[in-house]
Order: sequence, then structure tokens, then C-alpha cells
Amino acid sequence: MNESSSGSLYAAREPIFPKRVSGTFRRLKWWILGITLAIYYITPWIRWDRGPSLPDQAVLVDLAHRRFYFFWIQIWPHEFYFVAGLLIMAGIGLFIFTSALGRVWCGYACPQTVWTDLFILVERWIEGDRNARVRLWNAPWSARKARLRLTKWLVWLMIAVATGGAWIFYFADAPTLLRDFLTFQAPVVAYSTVAVLTVTTFIFGGFMREQICIYMCPWPRIQAAMMDPDTLTVAYRDWRGEPRGKGMRRRAVAAETYAGGETGGRRSPVIPVPGLAQAAAAPVPARETPGDCIDCNACVNVCPMGIDIRDGQQMACITCALCIDACDEVMVKIGKPRGLIDYLALSDEPRERAGEPPRPIRQHVFRFRTLLYTAIWAVFGLGLLWALFVRPEIDVTVSPIRNPQFVTLSDGAVRNAYDIRLRNKHGDERPFRIVLPEGSGLALTLEGASGNEVIVPADMTALHRVYVTAPAGSAPASADASPVSFRITEPVSGESVEVGSVFNGKGSE
Amino acid sequence: MDDKETRDPVTGVDTTGHEWDGIKELNNPMPRWWLWTLYGTIVWGIGYAIAYPAWPLVQGATSGLLGYSTRGEVAAEIAAVDARNAEVSATLAAADLATLPVDDPAYQFGVSGGAAVFRANCSQCHGAGAAGGVGYPNLLDDSWLWGGTLDDIEYTVRHGIRNEIDADARFSQMPAFGEMLSKPEIAEIAEHVLALSGQEHDAAKAEAGATLFADNCASCHGEAGTGDREQGAPDLTDAIWLYSGTREAVTETITNARFGVMPAWGPRLSDAEIKAVTLYVHQLGGGE
Repeated sequence: MNESSSGSLYAAREPIFPKRVSGTFRRLKWWILGITLAIYYITPWIRWDRGPSLPDQAVLVDLAHRRFYFFWIQIWPHEFYFVAGLLIMAGIGLFIFTSALGRVWCGYACPQTVWTDLFILVERWIEGDRNARVRLWNAPWSARKARLRLTKWLVWLMIAVATGGAWIFYFADAPTLLRDFLTFQAPVVAYSTVAVLTVTTFIFGGFMREQICIYMCPWPRIQAAMMDPDTLTVAYRDWRGEPRGKGMRRRAVAAETYAGGETGGRRSPVIPVPGLAQAAAAPVPARETPGDCIDCNACVNVCPMGIDIRDGQQMACITCALCIDACDEVMVKIGKPRGLIDYLALSDEPRERAGEPPRPIRQHVFRFRTLLYTAIWAVFGLGLLWALFVRPEIDVTVSPIRNPQFVTLSDGAVRNAYDIRLRNKHGDERPFRIVLPEGSGLALTLEGASGNEVIVPADMTALHRVYVTAPAGSAPASADASPVSFRITEPVSGESVEVGSVFNGKGSE
Repeated sequence: MDDKETRDPVTGVDTTGHEWDGIKELNNPMPRWWLWTLYGTIVWGIGYAIAYPAWPLVQGATSGLLGYSTRGEVAAEIAAVDARNAEVSATLAAADLATLPVDDPAYQFGVSGGAAVFRANCSQCHGAGAAGGVGYPNLLDDSWLWGGTLDDIEYTVRHGIRNEIDADARFSQMPAFGEMLSKPEIAEIAEHVLALSGQEHDAAKAEAGATLFADNCASCHGEAGTGDREQGAPDLTDAIWLYSGTREAVTETITNARFGVMPAWGPRLSDAEIKAVTLYVHQLGGGE
């Protein structure tokens, strides 16, 4: 980042004052900021009618009752594989986006980026754009500076409280919790969660900003490892921009710079131009004219990470593309083509240096690797959708009791026991009827019930022990193990499911 | 160190001055807040070591100013659970089990709690699945030596069987017929017992054994051999055998008798625990 000359092993953070910029990518980022924040703040307040005994909140993580509600979908703890599946999809989705577009997550959708963007927006409203903020930073403390700082911090704090506050509404009925929260009736964990999220939002968005990305976040390291030469990333066409220079003196400066070789670094091991120093005095041939970069520092001034994209690809770059907007604006003004800073892949460099035209974006995005990731991602997605829509509304598991495998009754009959779990996902209580197929010769009885019907309360799992008895001398009684199946019917909806299990006889002794 | 700091020409970054075989160590300085975070964790660590158990001593460790211990935390949690269950536990202890409805919270509490009581106290003999073993009754089947109603089970649990702790323990003693009858006579009775339960037997010997059975055994096991719960005398006609129903085992039982003992749990378990384990055993499949 900043080249140190102090010799210390530790350095204070260099303040960054990103300048306002407008353009395609800035507009896109405003839209993403608005939509993602709206989703985050509004979602818990959407209502969804599920019947009298179930919550009417569209999205609710009910930890106390082990339920997750998402509009028409209801997930119980034993269906946690849905969450695992979504996590797998999120992982593969990261592969897709990273291999195609590099750190696009960091630049556009990461909460750290979105909230920092919002905080910078507030900062700009209150303290003015870059130059005003730099002046204010350098100015001694005065009433005006204190007023601006306090106003800014207060607005930040309000955003931070709202951020932490919105989080808790995903875990309880939002209107009730808000009322309890304001009247100090809410659980302690609600207040502590809001407090922690408020403090982290305030500090991370207001003061840590790029430090989080550079020093705390593992993504930059992971994502760098997932990129390949065809991955799009934000880059500077130094073969077009160099040698850079300002205004009337561009030529001379360029020539001096080259002759002196003082800057060094990654800065353009561009086209070697022998005898450039001498050329400074002489009329410059076409090939040695200065590049398109006028060294206006617009790209550096807008960068929220405080880096110079012209130094090449670097870990601190979150590819937010604001430097593209800034540079395009300048290129238009000086009558040069856009795209001195652009979305480029590493493999574009030799090609463009050789004089070929830039390749269209789609050739970078749609290639074997990304399509393969997309296919894998889609397989998981379709699998989850399939699992979601074919799962029966009545959910039953039958587990044979293995200790002991069977019981001999006084008349010599052999009895097996089964634990049957009946899950009623409906908003009202439902009867469940358990029967064995006709002609099996087996008798079924329920522990603690006279018939073969049980009532399961609304939104509950009921556990019932069921006995199956084979008469003395019958085939299942003397065999080792024979198949048995239970038909479980829910008469109200007419839904029915058959669950197979095993009957152990004396042959297993 | 006298290493001279220099600037690395390739990266434009300062070096620390350290150099090994031409490889220079660059100095990309860490942020200062990071250093302060490290100091912060050290301060926290010192505070933690003072407040919580930390430093090992010859015996044990320093206890910490807050007096915290994981053992104490467990004890507090158990106490909290007991306090939460105190009301339903008292209800259960005072309840008449025979009339307690199955959907009563006290019943549900009893069955769940009884399962825990059973695992801790009863499973050593009766097995974790309550299926018993040779000499230890199976509690799942429909045969009961001393009765299978809630009241019967509760009495058995509370007072035990043939023990010397409780004067009210269930008691009976089968004589060892080896001292009274000859071996052929015992063999004849054994054949009769096998016949009673419908097993393969010698018809002639069983016929002779019938008279001996009526004279020696029927007073407890009944004329028909169906047993007597008042005396804990097993039903000899069914398919269930506490000490196995083979010829050898039956002969052994008649010759030397059996004397199964169960401890009295009244002095060891609370009323609520006894009632809980009674409910649990009763709902295992054999309760009457």
C-alpha cells in the first residue's frame, strides 16, 4: 500500500478521502446498495399468513422452537440438509463468480463494502467532497469541525443502531419485538446483539474501512488463489497509458522519468525506448509520444482503498470499478477512447500489446471453467428444489427398537416395538391413522392408545411406540427377519405414506 | 542491530536491512492498531488469569477471584433444572398413579424421568432395554411374577424382593427338592413341567410326575401350574422362563430351588423417583 520510509515495523493508518464519482459502475453500485440494504431492513416486516398457531412473519428463524420459515417454505431441524445444500451452492457460486469476475463480491455486494459506501456517502453529505474533507482533516479543532464531526458520527451511529436492530427481527416476531425492545421488555440477548452489531458497524464502516479488507478478511487470499489468467479484474492498460505525464510538459517529464529510472517498481516495464533522454530535446517520433495517462490522479482520488491501480493488480484492490468511472470521465474530456482503466484479464495484456483489439467481455465470462461451475451449481440447485417439492406433507420416520430385538409373550407370540415419529407441519392438530397391510397376519397395537389413531398437535412432532405381534409359530415369528410396512394416513388431507421396516423373529436369536 | 535500512529497487519498499544469501527482507509495516490489539489481548489475558482459575499449583490450580468453576456451573444448572421441575415433581409424588391421565404433564414427566432413574438404578440387572436376562425378569413381556399393575410395580420397586433391608419386601422361598425327593422323582416332575408348557416330553414320566407335582408343587404353582402372584410363584404353562425352560434348567430349579433378590428402593429413591420409574416400567409394553 503506502511505501514506508519511516523504518518502523508498524504504521498508522493513512486517512483516505474518496472523491465523488459518477458513471456506469457507480450507478450500478448505488442500485446494488439500495436493493441489498432494502432487502436487509424490510424483509423481517413482511407478513405471511400461515394459520392461527404459526407465526405470520414471512422470514423467521425461530431458534427457540427449532423452525425456519421462509414464505411458503417451512424447514424443521431434521431437514437441515437444505441449509447444507444452500451453503454448498453459495460455495460453488463463489467459485463461479471468482473465476469469471474475480473479486466482484468484494467490490459490489460485501456488507463491508456496502456499509462503508453508505458511511462515505453520509460523510460526503456532511463534510463535503474530497478536498473539503482533506482541509477539515488538516484544520485545527474548532467549533465548526466539532459540529461536523459530531453530526457525522451521530448519523453513522443511527445507521449502526438500525443495522444491529434489523438483525434481531429475523429471530422473533418483528412488531412484538420492536415494542418489547422500546419498552425494555426484550430479552437481554436482543440488547447485547444490537449493541455488538452497532459497535462493529460504527467502527468497521466509519473508521476501519479498508483495514478490514486488507488485514482482517480472508477472502482476498482465498480469491486470489481461485483466479486464473482469464479472470476479469480491474486493470490499467499501461501499454496505452505510459509514459504518463501532465499537460504541456508531458513529453519532457516522460523523457526525464525514463532516463532517470528513479520510479522503478511495477510501473510499466513497457516498451523499451532506447535513447529516450536524448529524444527529449529532439522532436519526438510518433512511437515515443506520451501515453494516454495524463497523471491526473482521478483514479487514485476516488479509490476507497487508497491505492493506485496503475501499480498493477494488488491484494488491496476490491475491484469496485470506481477508478474505471473516474478515468473514463477524464478520457472523454481529453478526447481519448474510454477504457484506459477497464475490466481486463491477465491474458489480454500480451494480446493487446501485440496490437489486437480488446476481446469482448463474454469471452472471459463464458468459458469451460465457469460453465462447468455453473453446471455443478445448477445440479445442486435443482436437487434442492426437487427435494423441496417432493417431500411429503406428512413426515414420518419409523425406527425399530433394537434393545431387545423382540419380546416373547406368554402365549409364545413374538412382539417387536417401533418408535414412530409423526410430524404435523399444519397449523392445526391432525389425526394420524397407522395400519399394517391387510393379510400380513401381524397385529398392531399402540402404547397408551386403544385404537390405531393418534392426534398430533399443530406444528409438533409426536413420538409413539407401536407394537407389532406375530402369533406363535407364524412365519415372521420364527424367521430371522422379515419385512414389514406401515401405512400412515392423515384423513383430513387424505395424505398417505407407506414406511417400510424390519420385523425380527426368533430366528435372529 | 546495525543493519542498514535500504530501499528495494524492484518493489520500491523499504527493507529491514536483513539479508540472507542475497534475499532481502522487505518491510511492509503492519497497521499500528494491530499492534495495539495484540497488547489488548495480553492485558485481557492477565485479567483473565486473575479472575478465572488459571495457574497450576502442586495440588489443583489458582481458583480465580470470581470463584468460577465448571463443576460449580454444572451444579448450578442441575439446581436450576430441579427448581424448574419442583412443582411437577411434587405433583407426581402425591399423585395416584392408577388415575393419572396419560396426557397429564406429571405423567409425561414421570415417564421421561423414570427412564433416567431406570438407566441409573435398574439397568444393571434388568438391562438397558429392560429385557432382563437369566434370573432377571424381562419387564417388557406380559408375564409378571408379583403383578403388573401400577400399584404392584410401585410396591415391588419400593420394598424389593427377598431382601433383608425391608421388612415389607415381597417374600417367598421355594424348597430345594433335592433334599426331599429322589433323582428319578425329580426327573418325573421335570417331564410334567415340560408337558405343562407344551414342550417335547416323555409322556409316561410326565404322567407319573403329575401326582408328585400335585403333592409337592401345586400349593404354590397351582393345580394347573398357572402360578400364584401372591407368592411370586411363576406360571409354568406359558412360554416365558426366568431361568430357562430346558429339561436341564427345570431339573436344576427343582433340585436346588432359586432365590432371586431385588433391593428395596424406598430408602434410596425419592417418592417422585419411585413413581416415575413405576410409570416408565408400566408403559414398556407389559403393564396391566
